[in-house]
Amino acid sequence: MEDSAVEILSASTPKPRIGIDGGDDNKNWRRRVNGVEVSVPIVCGSIAFYRGKKAKEYRTHNWTVYVRGATNEDLGVVIRKVIFHLHPSFKSPTRVVDSPPFTLSECGWGEFKIDITIFFHADACERKLELSHLLKLNPEIYSGPQSPNVPVVTESYNEIVFPDPFECFLSRVNNHPAVHVSKLPEGLNLPPPGDADDESYYKMKKGDTKDHPLSHWFLKFSDADELFRLTDTRQKVQADIAKLKRQLVMVDAQPE
Amino acid sequence: MGGTDAKDILGLPKTPLSLAQEKRSRPQKESHRKPDGISREVAWQWLPVKSSARSDDLQLFHWVRVVNDVPPSGDYSIQQSVDVLKYTDDEYENHLTDPVWTKEETDQLFELCERFDLRFTVIADRFPLSRTLEELKDRYYSGFEPYDRTRDRERKRALSMVLSQSRHQEKKDAEILAEAHRDAFGCACKCFLKINRAAEPDVPANENIGSVSPSSNSQLPATAVAPSTLSMADYASTLASLHMLHVYLRTYGLEQMVQAASSAVGLRTIKRVDYSIKNQKVHHTVKGHMPQCRILQRIASEPFSFGAERPIKKEQKRKVIQISV
Repeated sequence: MEDSAVEILSASTPKPRIGIDGGDDNKNWRRRVNGVEVSVPIVCGSIAFYRGKKAKEYRTHNWTVYVRGATNEDLGVVIRKVIFHLHPSFKSPTRVVDSPPFTLSECGWGEFKIDITIFFHADACERKLELSHLLKLNPEIYSGPQSPNVPVVTESYNEIVFPDPFECFLSRVNNHPAVHVSKLPEGLNLPPPGDADDESYYKMKKGDTKDHPLSHWFLKFSDADELFRLTDTRQKVQADIAKLKRQLVMVDAQPE
Repeated sequence: MGGTDAKDILGLPKTPLSLAQEKRSRPQKESHRKPDGISREVAWQWLPVKSSARSDDLQLFHWVRVVNDVPPSGDYSIQQSVDVLKYTDDEYENHLTDPVWTKEETDQLFELCERFDLRFTVIADRFPLSRTLEELKDRYYSGFEPYDRTRDRERKRALSMVLSQSRHQEKKDAEILAEAHRDAFGCACKCFLKINRAAEPDVPANENIGSVSPSSNSQLPATAVAPSTLSMADYASTLASLHMLHVYLRTYGLEQMVQAASSAVGLRTIKRVDYSIKNQKVHHTVKGHMPQCRILQRIASEPFSFGAERPIKKEQKRKVIQISV
């Protein structure tokens, strides 16, 4: 992690504005790089365990909702904080997680839609991003009483896209494992990532989810897999269309 | 808000309306969440009756259920203009003789059908001999055997044309989508400007894919929709508006693209295709447009190593993109 200028800051210290004071050339700090796209593959999901013997009427499941990097890299490079909006029946339903890993665990009995608001570092984007996740506690198909050892995992893949990113942001996150940067135009001279000398950056607890206790339940999102399923689906659809066409032809050809 | 709700339930107009006025009441924002996840806005609007069969100028109004700003189609004519089948005496002898029905009866029936626009309840009341509604209907429609078949055939042909057209359209649109995204930034801006300045001869090759020829659709029956010739501009403007957001989710971006692509095809066709795909019992593990996004992501940028996949072959890319739903 040495060459990355990425450090996680905790909420308790005053946050230096990463990259905004981008070196001496002040006019660079808000310049955008056109034709480049920064995208962050994320997975938004939940894992719910039945409490088994310990289950009570209103506390049947332990669950965790989260926003993680699709390859479990540290999202703190881009995300400043995440707010999980729980069902109003929870105490203080607005739960703020201001350092990675962006997870929230609770105990309950009900399934509901969790609204998630993502805030970015100032040099990335001023706007927040909203998404939502449906918390599932019970398996889709009933296959006997739930085991406390096998959770219900619901995950969905997505990507946070920053079109025409700010120069300072781009230079800061370029080459970070959590971030994909589209092909940089030739001859682009990125300013060096924000000077770490002046500020006292320090690393807090690591923000990636590679060794998270729940990490072995995480689903894998593989491109090859998707491709296969797509081609497979396409073949099935083609076959059905052909069948339907044959049927139509047969019906049309019927004698008066 | 409570007052208007109560009025709505009772079917009262929220503001005083007179028949002579052609005024729409503001629709309430009652969003009904359907089980399958499609959110619709359903509102009731006080709209003029689209009546095609009146000879006078009387303008009637009624409550219409509007879903997603789409009023139901169809003629609400109280007086239907229907072409009742007529037959000559010869035709009767050859095709329509029936053991139970006499010619006089049949003649009377058809005359009443003509007079009352096939409203069998009325016809049944007025029919001199006591026949049930079903018998009357049966007698009338049974005379239509040859007619029905041709109509059915035409209908099926029209349907298959629409289906193949929308498939073709989707394929084309998905290709355009892929191309547009690949050279999104430079090219989209370029062609956006170009289209605004009207056609120029030196348009780069990949932009030509965007021009959808309307000529092939001259034969389509009224139910189908002609494709838009604005595809490229739509994409460009969609991209531009996405850029203005400064940050967005890939799924949202794709939705916008697909919407721009399918704006030419009517909402009904989209739903029809969606519905028929759902019914195909295909194991639909592809959620929404996410797989597209992964592939498009690939196309948009260099194939970097993401896990341990090898770069996608170009041919595979094309094939995969064609699944646009």
